[in-house]
Amino acid sequence: MASQMQARTLRSTIGGLTAGLLVLGALAAASLFIGVADLTPARLADPATREAAMSTLMDSRLPRTMALLLSGSCLAIAGVIMQMLTRNRFVEPTTAGTTEAAGFGMLVMLLLFPGAPVVIKSLVAAGFACAGTAVFLRLLRAVPPGAPLLVPLTGIMFGGIVGSVTAFIAHRYGLMQSLGAWRNGDFSVVISGRYELLWLTLVLSVAAYLAADRFTIAGLGGDMSRNLGLDYGKTMAVGLVIVSLVSALVVTTVGSIPFLGLVVPNLVSLAAGDNLRRTLPWMAISGAAVVLVCDMVGRLIVAPYEIPAGTVFGVLGSAVFLYLLLGRSTRAA
Amino acid sequence: MIEIDGLTKSYGRRIVVDGVSLTIPRGGLTGIIGPNGAGKSTLLGLASRLLAADRGTVTVDGLDVARASGELLARRLSVLKQENRVAARLTVRDLVAFGRYPHSRGRLSSSEWAHVEKALAFLDLQPISGSFLDELSGGQRQRAYVAMVLSQDTDYMLFDEPLSSLDIRHAVSMMHLLRNASRSFGKAVVVVLHDINIAANFADRIIGMKDGRVAFHGDTADVMTGAFLSSIYDIPIRVHRLEGQYVTTYALPGGPEGGAGEDPVLVAGD
Repeated sequence: MASQMQARTLRSTIGGLTAGLLVLGALAAASLFIGVADLTPARLADPATREAAMSTLMDSRLPRTMALLLSGSCLAIAGVIMQMLTRNRFVEPTTAGTTEAAGFGMLVMLLLFPGAPVVIKSLVAAGFACAGTAVFLRLLRAVPPGAPLLVPLTGIMFGGIVGSVTAFIAHRYGLMQSLGAWRNGDFSVVISGRYELLWLTLVLSVAAYLAADRFTIAGLGGDMSRNLGLDYGKTMAVGLVIVSLVSALVVTTVGSIPFLGLVVPNLVSLAAGDNLRRTLPWMAISGAAVVLVCDMVGRLIVAPYEIPAGTVFGVLGSAVFLYLLLGRSTRAA
Repeated sequence: MIEIDGLTKSYGRRIVVDGVSLTIPRGGLTGIIGPNGAGKSTLLGLASRLLAADRGTVTVDGLDVARASGELLARRLSVLKQENRVAARLTVRDLVAFGRYPHSRGRLSSSEWAHVEKALAFLDLQPISGSFLDELSGGQRQRAYVAMVLSQDTDYMLFDEPLSSLDIRHAVSMMHLLRNASRSFGKAVVVVLHDINIAANFADRIIGMKDGRVAFHGDTADVMTGAFLSSIYDIPIRVHRLEGQYVTTYALPGGPEGGAGEDPVLVAGD
């Protein structure tokens, strides 16, 4: 009976995921054909216009769409990992100082080693993100249990401090413009040759999926994890590294998208629970879809100008964040 | 066999477990009783490697819990703490299935699922196996945690006050279940219990603790006496047999009718 039920669950899971992927594919296809330059399937087919159309597609639209898919999915995954590790619904890279620390790291690299390759800059930023998150986790020990909302507030304040130090230094050295780019996710800058680092996030997302059971068990708490023979400290460390790398890569290539890693996991968890082995694919699909839609809305409502996807999501996300804060706080612990 | 030798743990200057040495054999249910602050939960935490001891050792079938790999130990010994703040929104079946993690590392075969279904059935959880933990009552959640430990199917099972949020029907059926597990399957079940009547009627052996030390330890029939119980709880307790069951009574100030005693325990307005 049990195995039959398992088989049935598996079939319905695969069916659901296929449907989700089809919707995501349709959104991605729409994203390819939205923009100032005239790109339509017809122009791609017409020999007279094919070359120009192909170049728009390959140099700009495809990279942009891929960047949207990659960053949306990995940010949602990073968010849920942090929520499991801290056992708090309201923690994600932008409410834990992770993103701000990554920005600080980028600034340090711009000042000290402006000529370093982007990969090196991103890795250093990831190191800073890791250190920043570790400080946040240390601060959490002082937060009394049973006060779940204090946790993201602590993180936001800590991030604010790191962010203002960064801003002060950036202002002194005339680097405010770079800082603005990291702080607000904007996909209009993505062209071929300037986003490929984001593909590394796919590796990180796959790594997270392979460790999904461990993160779920960590969400049961330290004592239960140890009872089940999980190396709790190692799991925390692996999660921390994945989250820091994801944050740093996204911040340096397209800029941060605040609250994405909070809103998407909370909605998926409400609908499907927290067994990450089962829900991580949904996190990835939903995160990518939300970012795609926000970017398309930003391109359409003020065409031919653009509103950055980060800003569009900021409006939407903070509304959902407030709703979750008010509605879910009672069982957030 | 769990062998505890010279186990000591202190928090700051307060010694919580003070040089405890014990042997707990396979098979049978061992109850740990004692007043608040006697060190029962800490002893359980130390024995199950959730806490690190300051001094002393705990071995489970010769395996030192402080040194053995967590993975190996998780197949021999399981523990359920009293307070479980689970943030993950899991279904009851998912949670119980995670009890198989030490054996399967996440890849559950059909024989593994049989363990899960059996544990669900034992604790009467099948009707709510698809519900999320955060939608359940405290008692239902507690039964789900116990089912997880049962599906872990270890030779040694340690429980810290597993009855705390259960009504009397579920408390009694839980104790029957744990006693059956210990007698029929040769498991060693160690349970910290608050209720001395339940301890007396279900445990094969009783460990009485006070001030971080073992005050007495032995077969229930030998240690279930007024003198032993009074010595750890510091109030006069008498033990009776009624229709084959143990019943304990305790002295009320001013006698059973109440009234103005010489030394009232509760003062009006307290």
